[in-house]
Amino acid sequence: MTWDLVANVLIAGLLTGMVYGLMALGLSVIFGVVRVVNFAHGEMMTIAMYAAVILFVGFRLDPFLAVLPVAAAFFVFGYWLQKGLINPFITRPEHSQFMLLVAVAIIMVNVLLMVFGPDARNLQVDYQLESFEIGRLLVDKARVYAAGVALLTAGALFGFFRFTLTGKAIRACADNHLGALVVGLNVKHLYALTFGIGSACVAVAGCMMVLLVDVTPNLGPAYTLLAFITVIVGGMGSMPGAIVGGILIGMSEALAGLLISPSAKSMFSFGLLILVLLLRPQGLLGKKP
Amino acid sequence: MNRRALVSLLILGVALLLLPLFANSYLLSVATLILFFAFAGQAWNVMMGFCGQLSLGHSLYVGVGAYVAAGLFVHLGIGPWAGVWLAVALCVALGCTIGFLAFRFGISGVYFALLTIAFAEFTRIGFDHLQWTGGPGGLFLKVAQRDTIDIANFRGPPAMYYYAILALAAGALALCSWLLKSRAGFYWQAIRENEEAAQALGINTFRWKMLAVAISSAMTAVAGVFYAFYYNNLFPEQIFHISRSIEIILGPIIGGVGTLFGPILGAVVLTVLADGITELLAAVGVEVPGIKQVFYGIVLLMVIMFLPNGIWPTLARKLGLVHAEGGK
Amino acid sequence: MSALLEVRNLSKAFRGLKAVNNVSFEVPAKGIVALIGPNGAGKTTCFNLIAGEFAADTGEVRLGGTLLSGMRSDQACKAGIGRTYQVVKPFPEMTVEENVVVGALNRAPTVAAARCAANEVLKLVHLDKKAHIRAAHLTLPERKRLEVARALATQPRILLLDEVMAGLRPTEVDEIVAVFRTVNQETGLAILFVEHVMRAVMALAQEVVVLHHGEMIARGAPDAVVRDPKVIESYLGAEAVDG
Ligand SMILES: Nc1ncnc2c1ncn2[C@@H]1O[C@H](COP(=O)(O)OP(=O)(O)OP(=O)(O)O)[C@@H](O)[C@H]1O
Ligand SMILES: [Mg+2]
Repeated sequence: MTWDLVANVLIAGLLTGMVYGLMALGLSVIFGVVRVVNFAHGEMMTIAMYAAVILFVGFRLDPFLAVLPVAAAFFVFGYWLQKGLINPFITRPEHSQFMLLVAVAIIMVNVLLMVFGPDARNLQVDYQLESFEIGRLLVDKARVYAAGVALLTAGALFGFFRFTLTGKAIRACADNHLGALVVGLNVKHLYALTFGIGSACVAVAGCMMVLLVDVTPNLGPAYTLLAFITVIVGGMGSMPGAIVGGILIGMSEALAGLLISPSAKSMFSFGLLILVLLLRPQGLLGKKP
Repeated sequence: MNRRALVSLLILGVALLLLPLFANSYLLSVATLILFFAFAGQAWNVMMGFCGQLSLGHSLYVGVGAYVAAGLFVHLGIGPWAGVWLAVALCVALGCTIGFLAFRFGISGVYFALLTIAFAEFTRIGFDHLQWTGGPGGLFLKVAQRDTIDIANFRGPPAMYYYAILALAAGALALCSWLLKSRAGFYWQAIRENEEAAQALGINTFRWKMLAVAISSAMTAVAGVFYAFYYNNLFPEQIFHISRSIEIILGPIIGGVGTLFGPILGAVVLTVLADGITELLAAVGVEVPGIKQVFYGIVLLMVIMFLPNGIWPTLARKLGLVHAEGGK
Repeated sequence: MSALLEVRNLSKAFRGLKAVNNVSFEVPAKGIVALIGPNGAGKTTCFNLIAGEFAADTGEVRLGGTLLSGMRSDQACKAGIGRTYQVVKPFPEMTVEENVVVGALNRAPTVAAARCAANEVLKLVHLDKKAHIRAAHLTLPERKRLEVARALATQPRILLLDEVMAGLRPTEVDEIVAVFRTVNQETGLAILFVEHVMRAVMALAQEVVVLHHGEMIARGAPDAVVRDPKVIESYLGAEAVDG
């Protein structure tokens, strides 16, 4: 094993990790504001990946363009999912919310299975096999672009929450639900908006991910778990934390795949999760409760 | 519970005892499956329903229990009657480790649930790489002679397994109903309802939560041992998978979390539902993979939306099995 | 009179804010002491420090000579502290009787014995008619009485009551004051209570401790304290007149 190889693998892990980070950011934003853990997160990710495949196969739409309609559709979907289905559950106990989203997840996975069958799908764009050469390092172009879009989306989200009125109102809701109600914010609408935004994040992440891996219907639960791990490692409710967590998980997966075996890679992630939960339960960048 | 409920329970018990006399093998396997989930659901209910600690990783105990007993049997020829003790001991140790870490480090709620998932997944991947138990290729028990009963090695015809799991489920029901009326039951419910207030009333909440975890994991380990000897094959990918944990907890949630009969009713409803959908689709002639689970998901969604406390509390009141207020 | 509860130089700060600052007082055996002061004075925090909910920054608490500081709340309860919460914390899905049984199990050897004890206490606070309904269905004044019943059922050596009379009508206040007086006289149970209802303070307390911004500004017999200019200025103001 050479250092070049290790460096190449680490960089690939870092870039993939940014896409993980964006997916986890969706989960983090939803949990941070609505206080509901989206157990159907990975399933939504898979749907987005299929959407990108369809748009590519059917309309020759490049995933980097497909991002826009898919994200818009997911925003609307997320908005109504929250408003119609989840909202009555926000005051119910955790296990009840969990069951609701598990039921949603079961339906999603199996509708995908019905429509697309169990076989893996992928898409082939012409730049997918090209790579940048920097000295002795080889970096896939698709991976660089995907990571770039993920960072851009995350940046836009930071901006939205920091500088727009709606973003500030959502943050107020997250900090103090009752207070937000008292000053007359439409909490139900803001919650739905948040769920929509979280879903749009997943949509973008899904469109990018399909450039890097094949998609099958049963990827969902694995992505859901991955998103949890990422968010907890980075810090629930911390937006930079989600990205940092994603990068860490991406790199640890890549290393585990190289050093041990690809099948052990999620064991590393779960190990990391257990360590973080025990030593720093608020996550690496999370604030002390 | 009133007299009407007692009589109903008695009739149900007799019917279950006589079932193998007139049921065909299909019906018997369905009944065995129902009782398995009733038993495992009851075990989960001790931790979540009674004590309020949400575990989403109970597949860990099913899997470890199953693998320990099966491994001892396959490799060392040690029968399940000895193996079950080791399985229980190991699962209790695992449960208490998770409980200790979580409760001492102040991890609760969603975070606790995720910690339990993490341990189950971690173990799943571990078993994928453990050659002694066959790794991802699985561990197989020699399939039993179907007509002779070998009690020592727990091999025999389906009816034997049926009676075994019936005894386990009935035992679990009795145990839980006793626990609920004992000091532990009062303390657990108090902890579930408001941990801070419970502690201020002199309850060492750490110790009682640990007891709930220990009992729950021990019962689930026994369920795992049964699973191994009934199904005769084990794959980490299946037995530790999070969907197995979800299967276990669906019953009590659908039936009624924290109630004694919820896990049993939930197991009946879910198993009959799943089989009913399969039959129905076969009758109509639809054969698309996934369609069955979609229906299943939709029905789950309906139950959760319209019966938030589960089916049992509503049903029991309708049938006059409990008094209007008070009894559970 | 020997002191049952001794509070010595107790302090607690939350992120720099001194919620309780060097407070010392004691409650004699069989005594009834009131802890009063404006909102945010640190009364509830004092209770939380005594009952082991929070650890104090400095100072110590003793009950009958035993050091309570460093104990968790369950250990403090075992040692003889019974407390109610200002923001009530019932066990909503359990019946009223079951709520109190949980408290009674603190000393009772069996569930049956605890049930007997619980029913005695429920009669005392006039909740016996509601014994079999779920706590979730109680009104707020009833929930406050349930808090008292649960704490009493643990058979404490001293009862800490945090604003259990807030929101009651004057006749109801007199009723519950009578209950506390009976318990105190019959069993010798000491009581430390936080109360804004001056009617109850004047009727029940043998001694009053006044907190303001975490510090003790006055202490003494009720009539003397309400005439103390510092107390009138910082807390009572107009209230003293209609109290
Ligand atoms: N857990 C806590 N974290 C941070 N600050 C706290 C906490 N508990 C109390 N405080 C602060 O300590 C101060 C004293 O509060 P405390 O509740 O003891 O007042 P109080 O005298 O009981 O008032 P009230 O009459 O309103 O009940 C307040 O400024 C309060 O905001
Ligand atoms: Mg207070």
